[in-house]
Amino acid sequence: MAISADPLNMIICGVGGQGNILLSGMLGSAYIKKGYYATIGETFGAAQRGGAVFSAVRVSQKREYGPLIPEGKAHLIVGLEPLETLRLAHKYANPQTVCISNVYPVTPAGVAANREKYPDVDEAKEALADVCAQTWFLDATSIALDLGAPIAMNIVMVGALLGTGQLSLTEEDIKAELRESLPPDRLELNFEALSRGMKTVA
Amino acid sequence: MPNLAQLSAGSYNLLQGNEAIARGALEAGVQYCAAYPGTPSTEILTTFASVAREAGLHAEWSSNEKVATDAALAAAYAGLRSMTSMKNAGLNVAMDTLQHINLATLGDQGGAMVVVVADDPQSHASGDEEDTRWVAQMANAPLLEPSNFQEAYEMTKYLFDLSEEFRIFCWLRDYTRLAHARGRVQVGEYKKVKKTARYDSSKCFTPYIAPPKHAALVEKMAKIKDRFEESRFNSYEGPENPELLIIASGSGVPSSRDAIEELGLGSQVGLLKLGTLWPFPSSLVLSHVAKAKRVLVVEEVDPFVETHTKEAVADARLTNCPEILGKGSGHMSYVGENNPDRVIAPLSRLFGTDYRARDPKYQEKLDATIGKMVVSRGLIWCPGCPHRASFYAIGNAIKRDGRHAIVSSDIGCYTLDAFPEGTQITSVLHCMGGGAGEACGFGQLEQFGLDQPVIGICGDSTFFHASIPALINAVYNKSDMTLIILDNSITAMTGFQPHASSGQTATREVTNTIDMEALCRTLGCRVEVKDPFDTKATSACLQELLKDKGGVKVLILRHKCELLRMREERRHPYKVWVDTEKCRGDKCGFCYRVLRCPGIRYDKETGKARIEEALCAECGLCADLCPSKAIMKEERA
Repeated sequence: MAISADPLNMIICGVGGQGNILLSGMLGSAYIKKGYYATIGETFGAAQRGGAVFSAVRVSQKREYGPLIPEGKAHLIVGLEPLETLRLAHKYANPQTVCISNVYPVTPAGVAANREKYPDVDEAKEALADVCAQTWFLDATSIALDLGAPIAMNIVMVGALLGTGQLSLTEEDIKAELRESLPPDRLELNFEALSRGMKTVA
Repeated sequence: MPNLAQLSAGSYNLLQGNEAIARGALEAGVQYCAAYPGTPSTEILTTFASVAREAGLHAEWSSNEKVATDAALAAAYAGLRSMTSMKNAGLNVAMDTLQHINLATLGDQGGAMVVVVADDPQSHASGDEEDTRWVAQMANAPLLEPSNFQEAYEMTKYLFDLSEEFRIFCWLRDYTRLAHARGRVQVGEYKKVKKTARYDSSKCFTPYIAPPKHAALVEKMAKIKDRFEESRFNSYEGPENPELLIIASGSGVPSSRDAIEELGLGSQVGLLKLGTLWPFPSSLVLSHVAKAKRVLVVEEVDPFVETHTKEAVADARLTNCPEILGKGSGHMSYVGENNPDRVIAPLSRLFGTDYRARDPKYQEKLDATIGKMVVSRGLIWCPGCPHRASFYAIGNAIKRDGRHAIVSSDIGCYTLDAFPEGTQITSVLHCMGGGAGEACGFGQLEQFGLDQPVIGICGDSTFFHASIPALINAVYNKSDMTLIILDNSITAMTGFQPHASSGQTATREVTNTIDMEALCRTLGCRVEVKDPFDTKATSACLQELLKDKGGVKVLILRHKCELLRMREERRHPYKVWVDTEKCRGDKCGFCYRVLRCPGIRYDKETGKARIEEALCAECGLCADLCPSKAIMKEERA
């Protein structure tokens, strides 16, 4: 399968602790194994949980692209948290962008303190659907909680992403990456998370 | 993270810039690696530590960058290949040694030393945007700046050979968008090195007496300059006589390439990629400048290449010299990091193209809908973080004391107190060791009428890094201050590196533990130790210390970093829930407004506090402090 654009510009965004870096690394590594160039730029700064984190993943057959995507040039936005999906869509979306997002919010401090208002998730979905070519929404956190492992939310999201057919990667490609990056006793759970994610979107 | 010692020769791998550097060093036969953690450089030493046993390396977290540099120098003197890596701010600590090395040379045992300095344009995790490249020039060290992952790997290998040949240390400039980015690297062969260390003690290597050694060094640098004029790390792509020549280094290279492609200017704009920055390959640069109508220099952060390009042009007295544009001309910014947009803007200005990232109508719609919904997400301590308890207790003691205590703080997770979501009792904040050092100074100002109590704050790792000399000075010069050491038993902010009182080394071997409490007592300080989660006792103790005019007091607030504790214990200590009957919601808001823990928030549906299940660490702090006793905790069996 060929990538849908070259370079293919992906944004993966969320908050610290959601497994953003692992996710972008798995995708990058899977593409490199297929002979592509892949570059990942990561913005995480201070290592604390709770801060906004995003990765730019750029895949190409032609050459190595830089680690940052020009404004408005994302083909695919993968949001692990709805507010972050909005933040990154505002900077990188265009009318051809496709977007998949978790809808489970992680409350920022200003909202937790009732100083700021968290966007209404239904309105957010509507706004995203309005500016993107195609959108998918799922509650990946609740699926992961249901599996007894909130940490597996990112894998549910990869599953969903596979389900959208936007990746030009197969379930087996992702499983191979999981085998490389996770201890054997965590595999079954993560394969299940992957499959649950795929089913949600397919 | 891939096992860097086990990548097969010729394979393509997704490596972080820092990993690419580490792999290059491994292939070059590095045997001794020392560093102090600092974002974005940390993963270099982490990588060495993770393969140290199988690769037969020495990899250590040193107590600071100066010590690490001295130690790596000794290994090079003994004929080994050594590396030290540090962040921009760490360089300032290591400078004294670095400034001397190349005058003294690396000795005569065939050793080599590569220093990696990771700059942080945009200050993602730093107090400034220091451009350290000037220091390489000052220290007479050959300086290379990679523009991608493959180069980071190859340049590291190359620099070890250059270092051995010229018997001087060499410098690799790392930076956030390389260090913390990942890309494709084809690796070479790695073989474990077993070189024996030896040193001829009849010799003395020293910069003294400097002038003749300086002259010899200047000669070496001239030879290296000739080498750099021909270096494979510099290359040109584009038309023979470009309308615009971009000279770029580091992150400026991919940004420029992407911008040229985005604007379709490939037939008009050429790109000269410079990898060897010092000594500056002026002849090479001049030969390209002479063929261009205009020149734009793209680099991060200061105009280093730009200044040297202008110098080269001035020296050569070029006739019909093209305009040299960049930071000086206002086409590029002195501030912040590079990205494609930063190059697209001046290019489209220079070529008169009307570039817009998006259709204006679409942009308007985005701004009016999504743009209006986005709210900020400030950095804040993790749920269960002991610093939250510590700062609450410290703040309380200061309030009760009533004399507007001055708090000079330091670098670590507790730095966040000064950020918008912190408690903001921090009144001065600079650098490693600054908390104790500035407290020492404030504590001596009573004679000039300063009548506020003085608190210095540092972490456990920071204490060993740079606070001890300040504490000694405070005792010696009779400062009246209290140093609070927030001891969470790990270097947390950079990703859980052990330190001198952790009881284990970088390679996870059991080692001696420095007892900071005994050390402070030996220095003559009054020392108290508290668990910050006992906020009452902590607060009362600090209030009393602030009144004690007996000299230097030390309060150790000891509680393990929650992330580390959770890794080890894999369970929450309590079950915590909100009794919504008792909770007064916004009439109180103590837990979500004052404590500001991500684990609890205002729930707009009930108008009460609500535990954020996916985040709450169930540490029980909010339950202990809730004014309405509406948050309950129960010990888990």
